[in-house]
Order: sequence, then C-alpha cells, then structure tokens
Amino acid sequence: MTRAALPAASAEMPPRSRWRTHQRRLAPWLFLAPGLAMFAVYVVSPIFQSMWISLYDWDGLGEKVWIGAANYAELMDDDAFYTSLWNNVLWLVLYMLSVPAGLMMAIFLNQTIRGMRLYKSMFFFPFVISQVVVGLIFSWFYAPDFGLLYQLIEWLTGTGVAILADDRYVTYGIIAAGLWPQIAYVMILYLTGLNNVATDQIEAARLDGAKGWRMLWHVVLPQLRPATFIAVVVTVIGALRSFDLVSVMTDGGPYGSSRVLSFYMYEQALSEYGYRMGYGAAIAVVLFAIMMIFISGFIWKMWRDERER
Amino acid sequence: MFPRPIEQAPTATRWLYRVAVPVALFLWLLPLLGVAVTSVRPASDLAQGNYFGMPSSIAFSNYREVFANSPMASYMLNSFKVTIPTVIGALALSCMTGFALAIYNFRSNLLVFFMFVAGNFVPFQILMVPVRDLTLSLDMYNTWYGLALFHIAFQTGFCTLFMRNFIKALPFELIEAARVEGVSEVRIFWHVVLPLMRPAIAALSVLIFTFIWNDFFWATVLSNSPESQPITAGLSSLNGQWIAQWHLVSAGSILAALPPVAMFFLMQRHFIAGLTLGAVK
Repeated sequence: MTRAALPAASAEMPPRSRWRTHQRRLAPWLFLAPGLAMFAVYVVSPIFQSMWISLYDWDGLGEKVWIGAANYAELMDDDAFYTSLWNNVLWLVLYMLSVPAGLMMAIFLNQTIRGMRLYKSMFFFPFVISQVVVGLIFSWFYAPDFGLLYQLIEWLTGTGVAILADDRYVTYGIIAAGLWPQIAYVMILYLTGLNNVATDQIEAARLDGAKGWRMLWHVVLPQLRPATFIAVVVTVIGALRSFDLVSVMTDGGPYGSSRVLSFYMYEQALSEYGYRMGYGAAIAVVLFAIMMIFISGFIWKMWRDERER
Repeated sequence: MFPRPIEQAPTATRWLYRVAVPVALFLWLLPLLGVAVTSVRPASDLAQGNYFGMPSSIAFSNYREVFANSPMASYMLNSFKVTIPTVIGALALSCMTGFALAIYNFRSNLLVFFMFVAGNFVPFQILMVPVRDLTLSLDMYNTWYGLALFHIAFQTGFCTLFMRNFIKALPFELIEAARVEGVSEVRIFWHVVLPLMRPAIAALSVLIFTFIWNDFFWATVLSNSPESQPITAGLSSLNGQWIAQWHLVSAGSILAALPPVAMFFLMQRHFIAGLTLGAVK
C-alpha cells in the first residue's frame, strides 16, 4: 500500500519559497476553508440570526419590529406551547424504548443460520425508507374502520379506536410509528457491537457459570458501551427532531394535541395561519436550548475520549 | 459469541428458531407488506371493502395512474437532482476537512472538529428562518440547487466526523514517509490519503443518498411548487389530494421508498459500515 513510486518533488533541495516553509501551517486552513465557509453560512450563523430574530415581531416580508423578550413572554402563556413541550417529553421518554428493544432484537438475530444476512437486512428495512412513507404506512395501519390495528382492537374489545383522531392516543400512535424505524437502527448498531464482543471473555464467563441475564448485564453490556452511547445519541436527537411523522400523520391534530415543538415552530412561522417568524424563532430557540443540554453532554464525553487517546 | 450459537442447542430449539425468525420478520414488516399489497389492489376492491383479502387481480395500473395523473415523475427527478449533487458536494468538502482535522496538529483543531459535530446535531428549526431567507434572497427558492447547497453544508458536519475518524485510523507513517521524500501536502492528500479513503467514500455516499432522498423538512421549507419539489414533499401533498384513495397513496409510497431501498441492497455492506461508525471501538 505504501506508494513508493510517489513522484518525489525534486532531487535537489526544494527552493525555499514562502509556501514551502509555511505549507504545513497553512495547509490545514486551505483544506478547511470551503467546508468551514459553507458550514458557517448555512449552519453556524443562522443559529445566531434565529436568536436575534426571536426578539422581533416579523412577518417575513415587512419591517422587523423590535419587541425584546415579548415573544418569550407570550410563550409562557401559550397553551399550545406547553402541549408541544409535554409531547416532546413523551417522545424523549418513549423513544428511549428503542434502545432495549433494539438490543433484544439484535440478540435474537445474532446467529448464523442460513440466509441470516438477508433476514437482518430485511429487519433493517424500516430505517431505510423515508419517514413520510413510514407515516403513510402507519396512517393506513391505524385508519378507522378498515385499518389493521383498528380491526384488531375492535375484534378484541368490541369497539374500534381511531387512534389518530383521538387526542388521548394520538401522540402515542405517532411515537409507535417512529419507534419502528428507530428500533431497526438501534438493532443494527448492536448487531455490529455484538460482532465485536471479545469471545474469550464470554467463554471465560461461561466457564464461571454465567449465563442469560447475568452474562448480558455483567459481561456483554459493558463491552457494548460504545454502541449504547451512539444508540442513545441518535435516539435523543431523533426524538427531538420528530417532525415528519407529525406533519404527515396528523398535521398536529386533532386540535393541536399531537404537536411537538419542531412542528409548532414550523406552523407558527410558515403555515397558512400566518407568518410569525419572530415567534417561530423563539420556539426554535427553546428547542435549541433543550437540545444543547444533550449536545453538550455528548460533546463533553467525546472530548474526554479524545483527550485520553 | 453471545448469545450461545444456536447450533449448540437441541434440535427442537434449532427448528423452533428457524421458524421463529421468518415469522418475526413477517410481523415486523406487516405494515409495509400491507401497503405493498394495497399498491397493486384494484380500486374496485377497496370500494367493495376488500382491504385485506387477496386482491381480485394484480393492478399495476395503479402505478400507471400515479404517473399519469400526478407529477410523480417530476418529483422523482427533482429528488435525484437534489440528492446526487449533495452527495458529491458533501463528500468533496468533507474529504478535505476530514484530512485537515486528522493529519494536522494545530491549536484550534479539536474546537473546529467539535463545532462540526455539534452543528450536525442542532434542530433544523433553529436554522429554518434564516436559511429560508438566504435562499429567497439568492433567488434559489424552488430550485434544486437551493436545496442542494443547504444539504451540502449541513451534511458536511456529519461527513467530517466520519472522514476525520477514518483518516485518523490510517497509519500515520505513510504521511511521514511522504513528507520525508519532500512530497507537498496537497499531493499527500491527493496521492496518498485519498486512494485509501475509498471505503469511507462508498459508505458515506450511500448513507447521504438515503438521508437526503428521505428529507422532508427542508423539501417543504425551501420549495413549494410541483416543478421543484422532491418526492417526500410531493407525496405528502398528493396524500392531501388523494383522500381515501389508498391504492394510489400506497403506490406512491412504494415508489418513494424504492430508490433508497435499492441503494441499500446494492451497497449493504458499505451502508452498515457507515451507520455503525464509532459503535464498535
């Protein structure tokens, strides 16, 4: 692999131009420049612009009017905001179920019978398809009168439940749809992790009589810690980013009961109810603040790992 | 190996397992299978209440109808027009940023790196208003490149994380040897490191393809006309028009799912390598 035949610059001493002497100091910034510039324009600066816009009353077209913290004050009295916030908490908590569920599925599938590779990839399917499609699939699954789940509930209890039209169940229904691809994702992470578990440790523990839950808890899980970390990260981010399913399955309804912050923000800023960019930005800032708590945690852990290397 | 290999189990358990896996798979994919079957069910079946029985005939005409009576072809084309340049752009940028962050020890290295990582996690909504404004003011609203430019920038965060860690794992002696020979830094990047990055490039291209193809939020924020909308946004608006015409909605869904699924099957190994980066170390 060593490309010995690399074109050597030249046999004699290279001319000592400025570039030659400083290239190792300048090169990283040259390589970084295009990526950093794009990232600064489209990701970093919009964060600060949004914070700024959240202090204005603005319909997106006309003059911005400075109103200070009034948008935030309004949020404090906005029932729809609290509904969305509460639903976000539900999402976060229930979405976490995908971590143990994905682990169980990975353990179930970590065998080598014929065709296992194909089975594993079929199990992974839900993650590959768009959340819009997942949303439509589950809307059909839940559909009143003829939906599979509706009929199943009707058969069991005598009366069907129109999950997406009932404000008591709607958020749970959407979260269940979200869990479907998320469990598949976590499963793949754990399958890879299980592949790399040290066999000698497992065998040693087996000789000591460990099996089942005790083996899983004391021997396997500690070795799966990196997979668990990634699974938790992607699940938290996924839960707080939930937008597609809400938008496709219920459009926030019935009566706004399935809104989450990300959806409510979009609705305020861009929907037919009027363009309230400032108010929307304020909601986004709150969501960002919540996300930042988690992001800082992740970054702090990754930073520590980097330092230890 | 954990759990204990099934080969060591009694014959009965082995058989039970062999039956249990396909049954579990069937149940797991039941919603998807239902939609797939509905997509080839004639409309008359639905009208007569035959939702779950065998279709009375296989109606591929549903697909023809979708293409004939909706801008589905245009939606799909738009998706490709956004997705492919994004994959190329994000990979080009992140090969360079990843190289810079993995090879050079400058003072703000980790700071820049973690900025990319953190940016990759922020909620889209905090970017929405300014990015939409910027796109409007550049006259790029409702264009494929308006969407692609944003996606390139945003995906660079994730790709940089991936590329940087991948290059870090390469043997550093290669670079040192090249430097001793007086090879310039640009040529080291091009001739030494880039050829070794092929697996990472393959893994990321399938992954980014899927992410961008499936993106719905930005598709709705940065476009609103059928001439420019990608398939996710298009499908969502068609869903509004096709109320209760489940055979059409299903056919549309299957069409939208097809390209990423095909991509996944063709490049499975790379896809999983990409997703599970960092999950094993």
